Amino acid sequence: MSTTPSRALPGGLPAPASEPLTAPYWVGTRAGRLVIQRCRGCGGWQWGPEWVCHRCHSFDLAWEEVPPCGRIYSWERPHHPVHPALNGHTPYIIVLVELPQAGNVRMVGNLLGDPRQEIGIAAEVEAVFEPHDEADPPYTLVQWRVVG
Amino acid sequence: MSERTLRGRAVIAGVGETPYYKHGKAPDDEFKLALIAVLEACRDAGIDPREVDGFASYGGDRSEATRLAAALGIRELRFSNMHWGGGGGGVCAAVGNAAAAVHSGMADCVIAFRSLAQGQFRRYGRGAAAETVSGEDAFLAPYGLMSPAQRFAMKITRFMAEHGIRHEALRAIALASYHHAQNNPRAVMRGRPLDAATYDASRWIVEPFHRLYDCCMENDGAAAVLVVPAERAHDLAQKPAYLLGAAQGGHYRSAAPVHNAPLYASSHFTTVAHNLYAMAKLGPADLDVVQAYENFTGGVLMSLVEHGLVRPEEANDFLVPENLLAPTGRMPLNTSGGNLAECYMHGLEMVIEGVRQLRGTACNQVPGASTVLVIGGPMVTPVSSLILGTEAAL
Repeated sequence: MSTTPSRALPGGLPAPASEPLTAPYWVGTRAGRLVIQRCRGCGGWQWGPEWVCHRCHSFDLAWEEVPPCGRIYSWERPHHPVHPALNGHTPYIIVLVELPQAGNVRMVGNLLGDPRQEIGIAAEVEAVFEPHDEADPPYTLVQWRVVG
Repeated sequence: MSERTLRGRAVIAGVGETPYYKHGKAPDDEFKLALIAVLEACRDAGIDPREVDGFASYGGDRSEATRLAAALGIRELRFSNMHWGGGGGGVCAAVGNAAAAVHSGMADCVIAFRSLAQGQFRRYGRGAAAETVSGEDAFLAPYGLMSPAQRFAMKITRFMAEHGIRHEALRAIALASYHHAQNNPRAVMRGRPLDAATYDASRWIVEPFHRLYDCCMENDGAAAVLVVPAERAHDLAQKPAYLLGAAQGGHYRSAAPVHNAPLYASSHFTTVAHNLYAMAKLGPADLDVVQAYENFTGGVLMSLVEHGLVRPEEANDFLVPENLLAPTGRMPLNTSGGNLAECYMHGLEMVIEGVRQLRGTACNQVPGASTVLVIGGPMVTPVSSLILGTEAAL
C-alpha cells in the first residue's frame, strides 16, 4: 500500500458522486483504508454497495477494513477513447480484482505501470490509493499494481 | 387448468422496416421512423393500423406508446409496455410481452418495435459528459470504463481464457454477418465485404477480443412486428410465424453491481435458454437457423454456448465460416447480416429476418427453414430469446 504522485488516467473524467449508500467507502479511501460492506447478520461480504444483504436480507451492513491486496480475475485494454479526457491517452488497462480476504468480491480499477504490459489472470496485485485532492469535494480512487 | 404457455398461441402477422441508415444519416426524425415501421408492419399484415391496440418496446425507446397511439388515431390503447434494461437485451422479450398480451386477452393486435436515430441523440460508444457519476458508475467511470464494449470486455476475456478459445472463432462470426449482408439490399454494409486479413488488420477497440469488426455498428432506423392471436393465423395476408417459445430474465444475481455476478464469464442466458426450450418443446438440435444478436462477437459466442448450440471445447473447430453460412452451413447464423452488417436496430431486424426465413423470402434463404432461434442482446441483464416456427413446426 502506498500513494503515487502519478495517476493512471488524465484529469477530466467523471468523479464519484457523494451518496449516502457509498459514503463510508469514500471516507475510507481518503484515509488510505479499503473498506468493504459486510453483513452484521450473517458475516457475508458484499460489493458493490447495496442497502440489504443479498444472503440474509439484513439491513445491518457494516464497513470492514480489508487488506488492500487481491488477484486479477479479468482485464481489458481500451484503445478507443470513450471520453474526451482520454483522447491521446490510450491504451490503458482496466482490471477486475478479486479480494480473497473479503469473500472474493471483485473491484474494478486501473492497473498501474506500462499500459502495454502483459497481464496475467490470477496475478497478485496490491492497492495504490490515488488522491484527487484538487477535486471539489476531493476523493481518492483505489488503483492496483502487480506485486513483485 | 390448461397448460400455461405461449407456445403456438400467437403469431407474427406482419413486419415493417424503414430503410436502414448509417449513424446520423436518417433524413427523418426518430419518431417519424417509428411511424413508418409501424405502418409498414400493418401494411405487410394486411391489417388496418387503427386496429392496433398495443405497443411493446425495450431499451428505453423514446417513441412512446401513447404518442404513437395518438398520432396514428388508434381507437383504443389496451397494452403499453416498456421492458426494463438497456440496448437489445429486451428485443425478444418485447415480442414475448406482445404475445402474452394477445394470448391473455389484454389486447388483440400488438406492435413490438424499436426506433433509433442515434445521430439525433447520444451515441452508445461514448461515455456521458457528466462531471460526477453515481450508483454503480461511480465505481467504473472514474477508471475510464464507460462504454458497452468496455462493460462486457472482461466477461469475454475471462470466458476465452477459461476455455482456451481463440480470436479466430470470433472472426468467423463477423465474417458470416458480412458475407450475408453482401446479398441483402437493406444492409448498410452491402458492398463492403470483409475478409479475414482485413479483420485481422483492423484496429483495437478494446484488447484482447474487441477489434473494430467484433463490434456492432451504430445506425438509424426503425423496425416493427405485428403480433396477433394464433386464432387469426389463417386469415392473414402473409404466412404466419408462430411463437414457439419466449423467455427473458437472468441467472442468479447476474446484475450484481460492479462486475460481481457469481457466474461472471457469461452472456446471462443459462436459465433463460432452459426456459425457452422448455416452452418450445424443442432443443438446440431442432433449430434450422440462428439469429444471435451481435453487440460484440464474444457475446455471440457465449450466447451460442449457453443455448447449447456449441460446446466451449469445440468452439475453435466449429466456429469457422463454412459452418455459419446460408444455405449450406451446419448452423446458418445471422443470415441478413445482423447488427454487424445489416443494421444495428437493437436486434428487431433479426426478429424480422427470422420471420422471412420462415416465410421463405430471405435474401440468404435456408431451404425449408421451419424453426428459427432469435437470441437478444447478450451480457446485459435482463436478456431474452425467442423461438419462431412455421405451422408445420407446431
